[in-house]
Amino acid sequence: MSDNLPEVPEQPIARTGMFGTSGTGDTSGYGGLVVRRPAPVSSPRPYGSYFDEIVDGLDHEGVERVVVDRGELTLHVAREHLVEVMKKLRDDPALRFELSLGVSGVHYPHEAGSELRAVYHLCSITHNRRVRVECATPDSDRHIPSTVSVYPTHNWHERETYDFFGIVFDGHPGLTRIEMPDDWEGHPQRKDYPLGGIPVEYRGAEIPAPDQRRSYA
Amino acid sequence: MTQEATEGKVYDVAGQDWDKLTEAVAESSEERLVINMGPQHPSTHGVLRLVLTLDGETVTEARTVIGYLHTGIEKNLEYRTWTQGVTFVTRMDYLSPIFNEVTYCLGVERLLGIEDRIPDRAQAIRVLTMELTRISSHLMAICTYGMELGATTPFLYGLREREMVLDIMEYITGLRMNMAYIRPGGVSVDLPAGAVDKIGELLKVMPERIKDMRKILDANPVYTRRTKDIAYLDLTGCMALGITGPVLKAAGLPWDLRKSQPYCGYETYDFEIATEQTCDVYGRYQVRVSEMEESLKLIEQALDRLTGPLKNQPVMIEDKKIGWPAQLALGPDGLGNSPAHIAHIMSSSMEALIHHFKLVTEGFRVPAGQAYVPVESPRGELGAHVVSDGGTRPFRVHFRDPSFTNLQAVPAMCEGGYIADVISAVASLDPVMGGVDR
Repeated sequence: MSDNLPEVPEQPIARTGMFGTSGTGDTSGYGGLVVRRPAPVSSPRPYGSYFDEIVDGLDHEGVERVVVDRGELTLHVAREHLVEVMKKLRDDPALRFELSLGVSGVHYPHEAGSELRAVYHLCSITHNRRVRVECATPDSDRHIPSTVSVYPTHNWHERETYDFFGIVFDGHPGLTRIEMPDDWEGHPQRKDYPLGGIPVEYRGAEIPAPDQRRSYA
Repeated sequence: MTQEATEGKVYDVAGQDWDKLTEAVAESSEERLVINMGPQHPSTHGVLRLVLTLDGETVTEARTVIGYLHTGIEKNLEYRTWTQGVTFVTRMDYLSPIFNEVTYCLGVERLLGIEDRIPDRAQAIRVLTMELTRISSHLMAICTYGMELGATTPFLYGLREREMVLDIMEYITGLRMNMAYIRPGGVSVDLPAGAVDKIGELLKVMPERIKDMRKILDANPVYTRRTKDIAYLDLTGCMALGITGPVLKAAGLPWDLRKSQPYCGYETYDFEIATEQTCDVYGRYQVRVSEMEESLKLIEQALDRLTGPLKNQPVMIEDKKIGWPAQLALGPDGLGNSPAHIAHIMSSSMEALIHHFKLVTEGFRVPAGQAYVPVESPRGELGAHVVSDGGTRPFRVHFRDPSFTNLQAVPAMCEGGYIADVISAVASLDPVMGGVDR
């Protein structure tokens, strides 16, 4: 290969879509060019900063991989060990992540076997540090143990993640929908849920989707 | 208006029939009463619904119901470019829009890896607008609280002062709320001529106005009786429930991200963190007023820099692949591209036109990964968990809104207290439902 050719990216880029959209309720008129390149999968040691101390201090079999990206530490934890790891992160004097900033769900439909993620942001006020804990679950078996017993603030956050992504947090004291109506069908922030074009329903009353409504013209 | 149900007797109120209701309830032998407060209630700060179980006047159980203002902003963000996202996030917590924009833009900037290249002038303007917004937000928190307890004077005073701040924001950004002023890479437009003088006027007037507010409320027996030792929540409770902001500071912990994990250059400013030890509503009020006074100091320092060393510097990153090419200017039909820029792309440079078109319609690409850069909003830690798949649109944006988390403290603050104090408790959390439901 000649030296003056542009550098070939290490990982393949998926490229789909172009201008113009159909089949969704998206009214932006722009279907979007999807350029997908995976994020770093795991990082080698040393991680730098205080990250080595956290990983060494935690030293738990539940940590599947460690990603250090853009100055942020992410621990990928197997769901069987999630509660234990969270407890250790909170209670160990060398770690002391006493404040949790809640749960954020992410849906990666293209990552078979770990489509749904619950992402926890923890903060240690004692040591002034931050860590992100990520827990994956396959879409076919959407279960993650609840961490409300460790961080009571997760109560509403887990309900929200259940509401929007359908992840069932086992052991949650009352896992019900929080933002959507109780009788809503589907989990709206999953990638397979369209943006619009859905009839609006609330307690039996229904307003048809925008393209199904009667014309006043 | 009354009917029997399996849970007990149900009383309906349709308006103009309160006398009948009180008669009917008085006749009933039941002590336990479940009442529904909201979602249409003036003192629940928007569409918050509280289901209160009462034993006499004591609240034995307080349940909070939210979701009435869910608008799917996070979902919508995935269908627009990274820059357009600012216009969405600013509408979440509508009383402190600048903070939503800043935390989102800081996240995008970290993903882009351009954190070090944001011009200092843009950072100083961010600090300036954030602190102005903090004042207007705290004023709203304090003044509506007065109104909810039946006192209209603090409300009128507070709104008058808030109007001064909003006028300045309108002068700078063109809009009073939902400005979409902070953009990835900097801010959308430089301070207009005369803005510095207007802010200078505010700095002259505002300290006196805050003093007036203190004179009305600080030692007012009506106010202190409704606020002191009410809605107690100590540090342990705050930590467990993830409460941040004035509620945490009123529990005695000087935890403020501007000091502990600074962003936008806050480490170079001189200010104090206000704390109180009382863990009650009065302490939270004191923290808010002190924070406003500190914000004035910060505004003054930012203004000094903007008129001194940072004068005539850029407000948007130099990188042409990220910073929008337009130089905005105020025309007769509002804020838009400057005539010089239009002339450039329309009649002199084909490449500039293509570049403008691509950047505005398709947007820039953000390398895959995730970032979370929180800021200290008037209500506590506000952070955007921003995920990119390498495309031109966000893959997922989740807002950790302090109002959402703080509302979980309602049962801890209200149960065992009087029903009248529920209003104090909710007001002291200062929830903004736009941020809670998003």
